[in-house]
Formats: sequence, structure tokens, C-alpha cells
Amino acid sequence: MAISQNWLLRPFQERSTQIFLGVLFAALVVVTFLHLFMPQDSALHVSAYTVTLLGKYLCYALLAVAVDLVWGYLGILSLGHGAFFALGGYAMGMYLMRQIGDRGTYGDPILPDFMVFLNWDELPWYWLGFDMAWFAFIMVLLAPGILALVFGFLAFRSRVTGVYLSIITQALTFALMLAFFRNEMGFGGNNGLTDFRDILGFNLRTDATRLGLFIATGIALAIGYVICRAIVTSKLGRVSIACRDAEARTRFLGYRVERVQLFVFVVSAMLAGVAGALYVPQVGIINPSEFSPLFSIEIVVWVALGGRATLYGAVIGAILVNYAKTVFTGVMPDAWLFALGGLFVLVTVFLPKGIAGLLQKRRKAKTDDDTPTGQEATA
Amino acid sequence: MGILRSLTLLLIALASVLSLPATAQDEDPGEQLLFNLAEAPASKVEEAINAIVSSGDERARGWIEAYGNNRLSRIKDTGQVVLVLNNRGRDWEIANPLTGENMGDMSRRELDRVAINNRIRGQLEGILAMLDLNAADPDVREASAQDMMGKVDASLVAPLEARLEQEGSARVRNRIEEALAIYRVGEGNLEAIDVLAGSLHPRARAALNEAVRGDNPALATKAKQALGTIEQKLKLNRAAETLYFGLSLGSVLVLAAIGLAITFGVMGVINMAHGELIMLGAYTTWGMQQLFPGQPGLALILSIPTGFMVAATAGIIIERSVIQYLKGRPLETLLATFGISLILQQLVRTVISPQNRTVVTPEWMSGSLVINDALSLTLNRLYVLAFALVVFATLMLIMRKTRLGLEVRAVTQNRNMARSMGIRATRVDIMTFALGSGVAGLAGVALSQLTNVGPNLGQNYIIDSFMVVVFGGVGNLWGTLIAGLSLGTINQLLEPWAGAVLAKIIVLVFIILFIQKRPKGLFPQKGRAAEG
Repeated sequence: MAISQNWLLRPFQERSTQIFLGVLFAALVVVTFLHLFMPQDSALHVSAYTVTLLGKYLCYALLAVAVDLVWGYLGILSLGHGAFFALGGYAMGMYLMRQIGDRGTYGDPILPDFMVFLNWDELPWYWLGFDMAWFAFIMVLLAPGILALVFGFLAFRSRVTGVYLSIITQALTFALMLAFFRNEMGFGGNNGLTDFRDILGFNLRTDATRLGLFIATGIALAIGYVICRAIVTSKLGRVSIACRDAEARTRFLGYRVERVQLFVFVVSAMLAGVAGALYVPQVGIINPSEFSPLFSIEIVVWVALGGRATLYGAVIGAILVNYAKTVFTGVMPDAWLFALGGLFVLVTVFLPKGIAGLLQKRRKAKTDDDTPTGQEATA
Repeated sequence: MGILRSLTLLLIALASVLSLPATAQDEDPGEQLLFNLAEAPASKVEEAINAIVSSGDERARGWIEAYGNNRLSRIKDTGQVVLVLNNRGRDWEIANPLTGENMGDMSRRELDRVAINNRIRGQLEGILAMLDLNAADPDVREASAQDMMGKVDASLVAPLEARLEQEGSARVRNRIEEALAIYRVGEGNLEAIDVLAGSLHPRARAALNEAVRGDNPALATKAKQALGTIEQKLKLNRAAETLYFGLSLGSVLVLAAIGLAITFGVMGVINMAHGELIMLGAYTTWGMQQLFPGQPGLALILSIPTGFMVAATAGIIIERSVIQYLKGRPLETLLATFGISLILQQLVRTVISPQNRTVVTPEWMSGSLVINDALSLTLNRLYVLAFALVVFATLMLIMRKTRLGLEVRAVTQNRNMARSMGIRATRVDIMTFALGSGVAGLAGVALSQLTNVGPNLGQNYIIDSFMVVVFGGVGNLWGTLIAGLSLGTINQLLEPWAGAVLAKIIVLVFIILFIQKRPKGLFPQKGRAAEG
């Protein structure tokens, strides 16, 4: 098969992308069908609750893809991607807040409830414009994007890498969490933003809107996945992998390492922002706990479990871990942290390539029978 | 013969003094005093009280207090004066005011309250304070003199001046002088302002402020000057206090971070479970206090070695079971140890309790060291500060003067070279990790005296600890010390005008920016070791 010269089309010629997109669309169609056309009492019926839950998983999957892009292909272990996710979420939350209009508890046509409660007279300047959907949707990309641009510009220019970078990304999200907890910031303090009604004129509490959001999330995941795939298969992607494996050598070869890093980092932050924006209307709330360092580090474990530097592994990991979380916290909440902690340890020690690594090993073993699998494991 | 006689007399006198409690039962002077008070008509009450006060009886305070609280009654039948311990309900619990012996319950109908009028009640406070001024303990005297500041009226001036004559303790004299000066400033006395200018007590300032507002212009000008002097001194004291709190916070940071500096610096291992090792140390203190109930001090001292051992053992287990398999993969170590930290947290929640545990502060660590009216240093923080410095010095000694320290430094600088010189790097790894973890345990023991001991204790410190290590420069203990102390101080300096949360945010942003400028911290490793 001839490899397309068009970088945007190239991913579609890859086997893994084809399979991934196929499975994703099949899942979307099946869930939609089961939700709409199965009778309520049927065992196969998918309830609106489940649809929203699945939508939430897909948001997490998109977030995991974003993290995998920087960790897997750029070698930057970001412990602060939750910050970009939450910023996207807040941008969306602000739009949804303004859509409430005078239906809030205090009935103020412009000010959200918490501002009336705090005796504020007018909207802070950074809330202006969020009543318009297009503006809010641009901010979903720009808010995390600009933060990533500034932060990345400073960090990559001065060649902060490895562990140091991880620690300061963690400091970043921690500082933002503390900041958003403050009422004076104008983002609702520790209650965050909630009590949403409409999105683009559709009532958020109807099943149809929920299904729509689920499908939108699925499409966003597909697009995000293709963008990431396109980046990593492009020439830029090659350089990015080179940065990951030997930063100094890449620099000596004449590449502007910090520019590559900055570009990939910003794209990843924007994808995380989109994931956050789709997450908020589905769960109905955004508060500063999304900024917590624990959440950011959890994302990394989804990627590690699924398999680093595969992208589809990140999706698998995110969905599996979060499904396990739903089950555990429902059945035995105390055991969840044990399970999660154990997962961290087991995956890093015994499964360094994650589930995707297992899949790849199997496929390789099938295709070339003469290579003993044992050797590969050590390779 | 004469000598013998006088000796005998002396002996008899001594014996009679010593046997006073025995004789007191039949003929206690207090009985008469109380009887007089109870019998006195309204005009004679003051006289009766004065008699009690001037008797010098140690029980006088209790009696007068009881009298003021309507707790002095007489039994109608016998006329005996009794203390009412509990006057709720139909039967009142009473006690003998002379011996303190509990006399059980008695119907309130059989008791007759010793009457008091409001004029007397108003004076009682001053009388009680005067009584305390005569107490044997200088601390009690000082407290009571301090209590009198601003409450002195014309009737108290003479007794206070008399007291001032015989007072031996300089502290108490100062207080009495200040109390008198406040009264005199109120009366328009100019010299008294000089006395108040030397005082940092809020009531002295209140008196001066009143003088400024008053209609005596000479007094007002002088009072204003005095206030200016006081304000200057207060500023200095506030600065000293901020510095103290800053150093205290810094010492906590140093304690929390220094173990991390060792493991991070030497092994390049990001131990996210470090905070939980601190938590283990804190819980060890709690556990020891459960083992030795009623002896918090002993338990605390014993938990220093125990906390070290517990955390060090946990560290060895972590190193052997997980970290050794992740050599050369620092980011994976970060994830694995984070998993361990989650497990340890949940373990504590499940096994002990999700609630905070209370760790008792021993007697000798509570309270504060009073420097002056505006500045007092809490003792527990002082101890922790000292403890941090001792731990730091010990670690320095270990690193510089022992065989282990030598090997650790060698492995840090060049692992392969050290191994080829015959150093068993694996063993050094284990020892280093145990040492770093043990120090975390020590930090936990110290922290148990300052904050709540709960499952989240470690989480609250892990990010700060990393900041300190990274800020100070990895693998440099001096860097950690300076970074910890300065970050603590900066935080406290910012807090008054920015608030606690914003101060923390500013410090975090500062570190993020600082790392851009100097990616290897304040004191980067130099030479070839830095390239590793």
C-alpha cells in the first residue's frame, strides 16, 4: 500500500487506526440503537444513566490520549494534565452558567447564583463573552492552550526536563487548585459551577441531549485520536520521538527541540481542554477537585495500564480503570484505593508496556512463529 | 542552762507550729472569721472581709470567692458556715470550708445563704486580686497584677503602693507600676506616661490612646509620643514573630524534605510514598502514647527511635519489593511509589480509622516562652525547630564522617566507578533508602506535635517537600536546609497581606519560575556528577 503524502490522510491507512475507529463507531451505533429502540424493561436496554456514564469514560479516554501524546511520544511525564482538563471544563461551565439566565435561585438575569450570594455587583471582566457559545467554545481551546504555551515556553526554553518537569507540572496544577478554591477568584470557590440547564438551547436534563453529548464525545475522541495519530506519523512526530529518546542528540542534529516540544504540548493541552468541556455538561458540575494532583497522576496510570506510546492503549486503559472504579466504588468503596494503588505498582513493575504491549506481543508471536516469545519479553 | 531553756522553748514553738493542722480542728481561727462575716450587719461586712484578707490564711481566697458567688451558707440548726458545692435542685451538696471535707447533700430549706450586697460584690474583684498579689508564687502575683491593669481605682492605690514596697520580684514590680501608671495617666499625671511608654501591654496602649483623645493637651502630646515609641517596638516584635513562625514552618519543611533529598539525590528515586512514611512516623507516636497512657513525654521520646525504625523498615520493604526492579526508570518509580502511597493511606484508614487521631503534647512542650507582652514563642515549635537542626546535623555527620556516608557519596557521584572500587552499590541503595525513610519517620514524630495526625498527613507535605528539594538542588543537604528555611519564611512573610492560600500559590509560582532560571536548584551539583 502506497503511503499517502498527505499527513492528515496517513492515519486512515494504518491498520490500528482503522480498527480503532471501526470499534469506536460500532460502539456508538450499538449504544444509540440499544438506548433508543430497546424497550425499557429489556435486559439489553441501555439507560440514559449508562449513556452518560459511557460518555464520561469517553471524555477520560480523550484526556488519556492527550496525555499519551506528550508522555508516550515526547517523553514528558505531565503530572498536571488535569489542569488543562479542568480549564476546558471551567470554560464550558461558565458558558452553561450564563445560559441559566434568570432561572437561578436568586433569579438574577446576568449574575450566576454564587456571585449574587457573594454580593457582587457585576460580572468580572473574564466572564464577559461567555454567554455566546462560539466564544466559550474558542475559550475551551484557548484557555488550556495559552496556559500550556506560556508554561511550556518557559520550561522548554530553559530545558527543564525529566523529573523536574514532572514536579513542576504537579506544582502548577496544585497552585491552580488552591487558586480556584478561593471565592475571590470568581469561579464559585469549592462548590464550583453547577446547576446547569441548557446547552445550545437543548435541555441538559433530557435523555436526547445526553445521547447527543455522548455521540459528540465519541466523535471528538475519534477526531482527537486521528489528530494525534497524524502528528505522530508526520515528520514532526518523528522528531518528537527523537526528542523523547535522545534529546541532546536531536538538538545537536540541528532540530529546535523546544519548538517541537511546545507544539505537541499545546496540542495535547487543547485536547485535554476539549475533553474537560465535554465532561462538564455530562456530569453536571465542575469544581476545583479536578485540579487535584491525585487526578492528574491517575490519568497517567490509565495510560500506563493501557500501554504508553500507542494512543489506543490510552483509550483502553482509561475505560478499563474507570469502569473498575465505578464497580469498586459501588460494591466496596474502601477497596478502591487498594486496587488503584496495586494497579500502579503492578503495571509499572510487571507490565511496563501495558495492555497494548500484551496485544502487540501476541500479534507478533502469531506473524513470525520462529521468534520465541520469551526473548521478546526481555528485549 | 539558759541556752538549754531557750532551745527547749524553740522546740516547743516548732512543735506547736508543725502540729498546727491537728490543733486547727478544735480551734481554727478561720471559723471565727467566717462566723464574723456571716453575722456581720451590712455596715460591718467590709470590716469582716478585711479581717479575712489580712489574716493571711491560705484558704481566704476560696472563701471570698464562694462568698461572691453566693456559695457561702449557714446551716440553720447549728449555725455552722458551709461551702455550697452544687446549688442545683432541692438538695445542695455542701462542704466544710475549713477542711474542704465533703459533707454530703442537705436540703436547701435547712440552709441560709450568707447575704451579700452589690456594693461589696463590686469590690470583691479588687480584693481577690489583692489577695493574689500576696500569693507566694510570683507567677500568680504577676498574673494578678496584670489583671489589675486598667482596673485600679482610688481605693486600690494605697494597698498597691504598699505592696510595691515589699515586692521582691522585678517582673511583678513592673506590672504593679504599670497598673498604677494607667490609673495615674487617667488622673492627668505626666510622669506616668514614661512608665507606660516602656510597656507593650495592650491595656497600656489603650490608656495612652484615651489620653490622646482626652482634653488635656500636654498629656495628649506626650501620650502620642509614647504611642509612637511603642508602635516602633511592636513592629520589631511582630517582625521577630513572623521570622519565628517562618523558621518554624521552614524547619517542618526541612524535616519533611531532608529524607527525600537523600533518596532523591542519591538514588534518583522519586519516592511519592515519602509523605506516607512521615505519616507512619506520626502514627507511631500515637501508638506509643496508647502503649504508655498517661506518660506522653516518655512515649514521645521513645517514639523517636521507634518512629525511625518503623519508617526505615517500611522503606526497606518498599525498596526491596518495588524500587529495585525499576532501576534507571525514575518516572516509573514515581508512579509505583505513588501507588504505594495510596495503599498505605487506605491501610491506615481501614486498620486504624479515617478520622484524625489526637496525639497528646507533653507538659514540658506545651505553653510558650514569653519574651514580652507582644512576643511569645510557642514551645512545641521551638522544640521542633531544635529537633530539625539536630537531625540535620546528625545527617551531615553521617554523610561526611562515616563509612556509609563515604560510600553513599561515591555511589551518587559515579555508580559504576564506585562499584568497581568494591562498594556494594545494592547494599548502599538499601541503606540509603532506609536512612531517608527513617528520617521521614522522625519528621512524622515531630509533626505529630504540630498538626493533626490523620491518613492525609503525608499528602499535605509531599508536594511541599519536593518543592524544597528541587529548589535547594538535588543531592545537596545544605541546599535543602536553606531552601526549606527560606521557603518557610517567605511563606510567612507573604501571609499577612496575601492570606494563607494566596501566599502558598505565590510560593509555588515562584518556584516554578525559579526552576526555569536555574533548572538544577539553588545549589546545583557541579562537575561530572551533574551529568549523570
